Amino acid sequence: MQKRNSRIIIGAFFIAAFALFLLPSLVPGIDASLAFADEAAVASDADAITYAPAPKLTAADYPTIPGVNSRVVVWIVAQLHLWFGAFVLAVPIFVFIIEVIGMSTRDQRYDNMAYEFIKISITAFSLTAILGGLLVFCLILFYPDLFNYLATIFKGSMFAYALLFFVESAVLYVYYYGWHWLQGGFKKWVHLTLGLLLNASGLLLMFLANAWTTFMMSPSAVDAAGVFSGDTWAAIHNFLWNPINIHRTIANVAYGGSIVGAYAAFKFLSARNKEQRAHYDWMGYNANFIAIAALLPLPFAGYYLTAEMYVYSQQMGITLMGGVFAWIFIIQAVLIGALFLSANYYLWCGMGRSEGAHRYYPYIKYIAIVIVVSFLVWFTPHTLVLTNAELKSLGGPYHAVLGPLGIMPAKNTAVNLLILFTFLSFMFYRRANKIATVPWAAKGNAIQIALFTTGIINIFILGTYYGYYTNTVYKVAASIPQVLTTLVIIAISVAIDAFMYKGAKEVAPLRWGRVPARSQYALFLLAVSFTWLMGLMGYVRSGIRQHWHVTNIFRDNSPDAFTPGLGYAANVISIATIIFMAMVMFVFWLSTISSHKSKTAGYWKEQGT
Amino acid sequence: MIMIKKRRIPRLLQLVLVVLGIYFGFILTFDVILGQLIPKSLLTMYMFFVISGVLMVFTFTEESTQELIDPIKALVEDPSKKMLRNIVFVIVPLLAGLYTYSSLSLSFEAPVELRTIHPAPPSKVKAYGKRFDLATLENPYRKYEKEDPDKFRELVKEGGDVYIQGCQYCHGDKLDGKGPYAEGLNPTPLNFQDVGTIAQLQESYVFWRIATGGPGLPAEAAPWISSMPVWQDFLSEDEIWKVILFLYDYTGHQPRSWEHE
Repeated sequence: MQKRNSRIIIGAFFIAAFALFLLPSLVPGIDASLAFADEAAVASDADAITYAPAPKLTAADYPTIPGVNSRVVVWIVAQLHLWFGAFVLAVPIFVFIIEVIGMSTRDQRYDNMAYEFIKISITAFSLTAILGGLLVFCLILFYPDLFNYLATIFKGSMFAYALLFFVESAVLYVYYYGWHWLQGGFKKWVHLTLGLLLNASGLLLMFLANAWTTFMMSPSAVDAAGVFSGDTWAAIHNFLWNPINIHRTIANVAYGGSIVGAYAAFKFLSARNKEQRAHYDWMGYNANFIAIAALLPLPFAGYYLTAEMYVYSQQMGITLMGGVFAWIFIIQAVLIGALFLSANYYLWCGMGRSEGAHRYYPYIKYIAIVIVVSFLVWFTPHTLVLTNAELKSLGGPYHAVLGPLGIMPAKNTAVNLLILFTFLSFMFYRRANKIATVPWAAKGNAIQIALFTTGIINIFILGTYYGYYTNTVYKVAASIPQVLTTLVIIAISVAIDAFMYKGAKEVAPLRWGRVPARSQYALFLLAVSFTWLMGLMGYVRSGIRQHWHVTNIFRDNSPDAFTPGLGYAANVISIATIIFMAMVMFVFWLSTISSHKSKTAGYWKEQGT
Repeated sequence: MIMIKKRRIPRLLQLVLVVLGIYFGFILTFDVILGQLIPKSLLTMYMFFVISGVLMVFTFTEESTQELIDPIKALVEDPSKKMLRNIVFVIVPLLAGLYTYSSLSLSFEAPVELRTIHPAPPSKVKAYGKRFDLATLENPYRKYEKEDPDKFRELVKEGGDVYIQGCQYCHGDKLDGKGPYAEGLNPTPLNFQDVGTIAQLQESYVFWRIATGGPGLPAEAAPWISSMPVWQDFLSEDEIWKVILFLYDYTGHQPRSWEHE
């Protein structure tokens, strides 16, 4: 029986792999010769397809349903789909990594945790699909001409997307339902490969969908009238496609980690015994670790994306950072700061798991000072909100001290410090219950202190000199060595710690489950802040097209073709966040009822033996 | 044996003192020492997160949290603190009420305005009877900075003359936005010395703002208020490019560009 199952699973695996690699060939234009073709590559005359120009619509061309605001409906449904999509794409990424860790360390706790993570995402997976279907219906219903225009250009990739979705579903179900069966030896390898395949198909799905979105922002291979003259690859490989791909991939992992962290917190707070509390505390810690590890490089990916938007269009860049959306960036800064604060707070509370951490307590307040000060710089707005009396006192809207903190060099410096000191919190946490016994421990610590000190000085010099006294090219470029400095400090410190704490003496045991309930609320705050943040920034990304469906070539002439006020937009996103959180709670609740069994004495007829 | 107990400031009082110290520290530093007041809106935001940070430090261990909460609990539950409880329970709502009243009561003060310093430019702009593509538009004289520095100096000087004749009345002879007429204008004229103004912009953007002035501001995010004249009615295209050279040269800023020097 088991042999037969193995054959089936291997067969399914090969079919899935075959389908995955076959798919690109179904997408016209994605082959080796065209992959590196210029964006504006024109299809050969022989199979040239003539595309129609972008339609010029009037308000009457947009179907309406009385009492329904089509833009808000599409907005909320798209956002919900994206949140769930981000979650179900992210979970398999770190489930795969945790499974690998479990496999290499032979610690079954990791395997069990990975299984529990994927179990949560299963319900979310079907909700993603349902919301995706609903989004397509809404687009066809309310924006038929836009959908038709995009579908004409992207028909190949849309078809591939649909097929790929089947592949992903098939792999996911085998991966999940075969978890306990595909254990040990060769079978574990098969399971792991399925995980890899699941991730490959999931990422490919996201990249395809990203192309449709970024084409609307930075259309490629089109003329001023919107006549498309390239092939599918030219449309996919538009200017902002890769920056969005990078940003979304990293952000999804951070987001997935935060949602799973919220799940662990939910289970921790509702746990009925010590063992459950210990298990979910450990799970929450790992989820938080994943979220923070992915959060650390995220500001850089976001900065790269924004810089690319500026390069693509000065108008788009200024609308984004200096124009109507600038204040959403302040809210964004506040929320990102809240993420860092809650992540740090969780780590500090977690130190209570071991008595050995007491020696690090005195340093926490200094870390907090740096984090809060960096955070204040991070969200200081460039355009201050001033009363008339303040305006008069300052002699104008420019603040000699706070003004320079409003632009990117100050913020880049601040965010690098935020990241470094969050990492320092993590280092203290990791050392909490151990003492290094290697003879060079003092030297190792000295090297780390020197590394942090010189690194921070370097970050300051790059941020102040290059940020304020050179031209914009160097201002933007200086952010790269700043990031590299931070990454080098982190990488070398991790390496030193790994050797220094090998065989370290345990000074006090780490007691999982011994954390205060408020630390779990920090995990909730992390998940809610992430969700709200994604919603707000998603609105900005989409909103910078302003009155264009497709930037500069396809005008939005619907009655809703205006940029909503900040309050209105924030309300829509907040309502969507509440809906999403309610759905997430539903998913969490489902995961609890599956293990509940009601006693039904006397209900069922006794069966004779 | 006599135990000498070290007297420590109660945790709750420590927290209050730290928060008040930071609050007045901000006011002292900005309003008194630096002479540049800290805006109320910003101070509120700052203090919200300062309090969050302080609370985090004071509550990350169980002992510290208990020390912080115990006096509050005692105030509510301890029968011997009845008088104090009654006083606090009267004062706190009154203070909240006073704050709400003062925040909502009508005054003759004009409401605060959220002004966007950089309106987003259109992709194409009409001036001098033709269309300019702002994405590709470049200052025709910028090349002389390297090719012919003498000629460049001459052009900057000519731009300076244009500036003194037309711009300094509002933007000031030091380009700091404090010209003789600046006090009469709201919003006040732009301070080109500020690192957040022309240093962040491409020359094409500055050309657009000078040529089309306040009336040329985009429809998006309207209404704009700006008393900047439409300079294409008074200056030639060349004069605008020269004055742009002068703005960057005098302030020492470099125009935003995507190319290395």
